Amino acid sequence: MKTNDVILQTTSKVVFFMIVLFAIHLFFAGHYNPGGGFVGGLMTSGAIVLLLLAFDIKTVVKGFPIDYIILVGIGLLFAVGTAAGSLLFNIPFFTHAFGDVTLPVLGKTSLHTAMLFDTGVYLVVIGVTMTIIQTIGESE
Amino acid sequence: MLETVMQLSLVLVTIAMIGFVYRLIKGPSIPDRIVALDAIGITLVAMIAILSMLLRTNAFLDVILLLGILSFIGTTAFSKFLEKGEIIENDRNR
Repeated sequence: MKTNDVILQTTSKVVFFMIVLFAIHLFFAGHYNPGGGFVGGLMTSGAIVLLLLAFDIKTVVKGFPIDYIILVGIGLLFAVGTAAGSLLFNIPFFTHAFGDVTLPVLGKTSLHTAMLFDTGVYLVVIGVTMTIIQTIGESE
Repeated sequence: MLETVMQLSLVLVTIAMIGFVYRLIKGPSIPDRIVALDAIGITLVAMIAILSMLLRTNAFLDVILLLGILSFIGTTAFSKFLEKGEIIENDRNR
């Protein structure tokens, strides 16, 4: 029997963007406020899980054609690359650099290479949780 | 004055939560328990809001939104399990 869940699908279509925006806010606020890559990644995968609940795996894979295992690899590459980048300047492993940079639109912004490391954490968390959930969900 | 009111409302919210926990343990059917869990989540949001006013900090405001989202996703997953027997389907149109 086909069930009719218009309310769930419409609600999750709207709520998905709210959760993703909240996750991005958590991710970027991580340096000065509570938050960071881990919670941001968990919230983003929570948004995708909500879509998985409202639709099915086939539809969501069509919407996000991402191989999440490759996403884990990219995240680890980000983390190791940020850590190893300091070796190029003859300073110890994992030393971070920061400074004020004038960007075209945003103006004077203070940037930190810990952000790139956090991006690695974010991608790894999304990749691992989505791999676990999809692998469990696909098995009959 | 405000602090006393806040502590009093914390006690009241805790009493409400004890009522939900009673329904969670006693509840004759599974939907009763799910609704009780959802309500416990929302009461927890209220408790965190009052506590962050008492502690005079805004560091917990993210937790409130987070708990709301998590409670929504959890309740949806439970309801879908009750409705269809599986939480994540492979192919809906099969």
